[in-house]
Amino acid sequence: MEKKKTINIKKLLSDNSIYVFLVLAILVIEIIEPSFLSISSIVNIISLTAASLPMALGIAGTIILTGTDLSAGRMVGLTACVSAALLQSTDYIGKLFAGIPTMPIFVALIAALLIGAIFGCLNGFFVAKFSIHPFIVTLSTQLVMYGILLMFLMIGNNNGQTLSGLAPEYMQFVSGSILSIGGTPIPNYVWFAVIITVIMWVIWNKTAFGKNMFAIGSNAESARVAGVRVTGTIIGVFILAGILYGYTGFIEAARIGSNSASTGLNYELDAIAACVIGGVSFVGGTGKIKGVVTGVLLLRIIFVGLMYIGVDSNFQYIIKGAIILTACIIDMKKYRVRK
Amino acid sequence: MSDTVILELQNVTKSFHGNTIINDLSVSLKAGTVHALMGGNGAGKSTLMKGLFGVFSYDSGTILLEGKPVSFEGPRDALMHGIAMVQQELNQATQRTVMENIWMGRYPKSGPFISTKKMVEDTNRLMEKLGINVDPKATLADLPPSQRQMVEIARAVSYDARVVVFDEPTSSLSDTEVEKLFEIIRTLKANGCGIFYISHKMSEILQISDEISVLRDGNLVATRPASEMDEATIIQMMVGREIGDVYPSGKAEIGDTLLKVNHLSTMYTQINDVSFELKKGEILGLAGLSGSGRTSVLEALFGLSTRSSGEIILNGKPVQNNSPREAKNNGFILVTEERLKNGIFRNQDLIVNTTIANLDAYKKGGALLSSSEMVEDTQKVIDMLKVKASSIEAPIANLSGGNQQKLIIGRWLLCKPTVYLLDEPTRGIDVAAKSEVYRLINELAGRGHSVIISSSETPELLGICSRILVMSAGRLAGEADASTATQKEIMELATKYL
Repeated sequence: MEKKKTINIKKLLSDNSIYVFLVLAILVIEIIEPSFLSISSIVNIISLTAASLPMALGIAGTIILTGTDLSAGRMVGLTACVSAALLQSTDYIGKLFAGIPTMPIFVALIAALLIGAIFGCLNGFFVAKFSIHPFIVTLSTQLVMYGILLMFLMIGNNNGQTLSGLAPEYMQFVSGSILSIGGTPIPNYVWFAVIITVIMWVIWNKTAFGKNMFAIGSNAESARVAGVRVTGTIIGVFILAGILYGYTGFIEAARIGSNSASTGLNYELDAIAACVIGGVSFVGGTGKIKGVVTGVLLLRIIFVGLMYIGVDSNFQYIIKGAIILTACIIDMKKYRVRK
Repeated sequence: MSDTVILELQNVTKSFHGNTIINDLSVSLKAGTVHALMGGNGAGKSTLMKGLFGVFSYDSGTILLEGKPVSFEGPRDALMHGIAMVQQELNQATQRTVMENIWMGRYPKSGPFISTKKMVEDTNRLMEKLGINVDPKATLADLPPSQRQMVEIARAVSYDARVVVFDEPTSSLSDTEVEKLFEIIRTLKANGCGIFYISHKMSEILQISDEISVLRDGNLVATRPASEMDEATIIQMMVGREIGDVYPSGKAEIGDTLLKVNHLSTMYTQINDVSFELKKGEILGLAGLSGSGRTSVLEALFGLSTRSSGEIILNGKPVQNNSPREAKNNGFILVTEERLKNGIFRNQDLIVNTTIANLDAYKKGGALLSSSEMVEDTQKVIDMLKVKASSIEAPIANLSGGNQQKLIIGRWLLCKPTVYLLDEPTRGIDVAAKSEVYRLINELAGRGHSVIISSSETPELLGICSRILVMSAGRLAGEADASTATQKEIMELATKYL
């Protein structure tokens, strides 16, 4: 009887390994540097999580389809620069669109979402219609996007320079705060991220589109036989991902304040790592919104924590790599036992 | 028949997620004999054998190989000890060649390099010995399921195993291929091998086995010499009660023409000028050897195989059925032959697996789905078809093959179709479940639905159909009245164009 109980605890721990990991990480950092769990540093971690979460939610969909998306970071870069260019202050000297007035904020948002949707559609189209692996498709399209971004930054007298001097209303809209906790303001984009996460949860769990996505990721042939619109759903998943990257670009532009061709570079790698840590498996057909959120949060805590306790910045990369691998080993063990 | 026990399983137990699948079971296998394992779906046959083969280990109990206790760390370890298994679900590297699949992990070498020449020779020698006609360099994906099955059998035999386990080896084989398999088994027997044989096909079991063990719900009911058993006894032992006639009595009233297929030909498979009619309330059989195009006809009707010519007329109106989705919307459904490949979603729960084809029905007003209705319908299917499942939120992979099949049939019932296309609907399911499926099909016909069943088991077609179409090499060889036809007549038609 006693033995059975310990096995259950073991199983409980391994099934929830990511949370165990999360608690351990916080404990270790907190012990080394007790000021880690201050309100300002917690709000900082939550803000950083909120900034990268929508993108991870987009990539998660493509991973559920047994794919991936290497173009996400570049798409963020492109949409960030477009948003920034449309919302530069009129009195800023180096304004890219020198002749035109500052656009309303929602015009820039819609432009960013639209660009994301179009490129997402393109990705999905090649994946679904020609059965090319998303790795290859997005490897190619990210180059195309980078080229377009570089050309975009050459418009007018900009000559490839960093875009800054953003309109204060824009900065206020994204990073401003309607609520403070203990004197630390919570930026608005945290609330946006909460809303997006709820919408994504509904899409994944409560719509035919979401069910079809999981079914296709699990077995595309079976899905086709069951009368699921396979091509349409795959394209849809990539469009949805593109929209989320576009949104991330819109937020990043204001969050960073100055944007260049390197904005968004390698963002997709962190997002993919977060998904995998959160149990969105490359096997396809498995993953939960909850997992993605926890994955992004865990990764952020580790990134911020390592900086916080003053680990050498070069050495940080090694630790990050090791932690991602370890988390995945623990996660995979869970599946192996089940077989 | 010798009396030397080659392998003994003593008091083995295995449970998954707290469900005991096999319970304190003991069987022994004598050298040079075939020991059949029979039982309903989920009785524990495959689990028992997988434990022996090292796919997982038993929770308790002992394996004695030639009197010595052994335990295997994995299939490879089992193979090294001379235990081979032909598994029910083919686990092959389908993009690789026949010979690579056979010699995987132990390729013949010359020096440090793999010798392709030797590999071809070894494969040819093996195939010749077994009387199988397959090109060693053919890619598995290009071969029909029956040939892939033969390759799997050849692979198991190639290990010079002392114990060979066959788990439903004949489910995708035609009658002549089964005969070939039996010859192979007889050769193995003569060489002193012990053979465990799992199958749901009574006639095969009685024909090939020396001893029969019957399992029910993870327990051993009895082990007896095959000569003392007959079909009725086995069935009674399996289900624990007597079941009446396997085939339902009373045929449905046949009405007007529902479906007319004219001059159907396919682009990439060999279907050539097939025409027939299907009436309301009719159960139409599709017989033929494997590779004769039975599956292709159904796939062409369902929009899975591309048609090159021909028309499909439903209720007097031509329909296109260019994709499964279109076919589904026109009231067609298809239960496919290869459940794993294009039937189930392995890692999804029972709810998704059951409701996936019918999601539109759960939309409440807008785009949102009603979870409660989905759960309700899933439960309805489980109750109606008596699916054995511990939780509807567990992945379907946890169910036995027969229960998976029932769930897939249930998935389609929810769509309320008018034309049922069933490709080997009773493949790999036990007698009791088969009988339930037959009754279900008969009931559907009784309600005026029309069913086309493709099957490799002629007795099954004779038992439930009213008419049987016989395919031969992609063409329609003829038609037989199920109430008067004999197996011999159908076999003759099946070989007409060969």
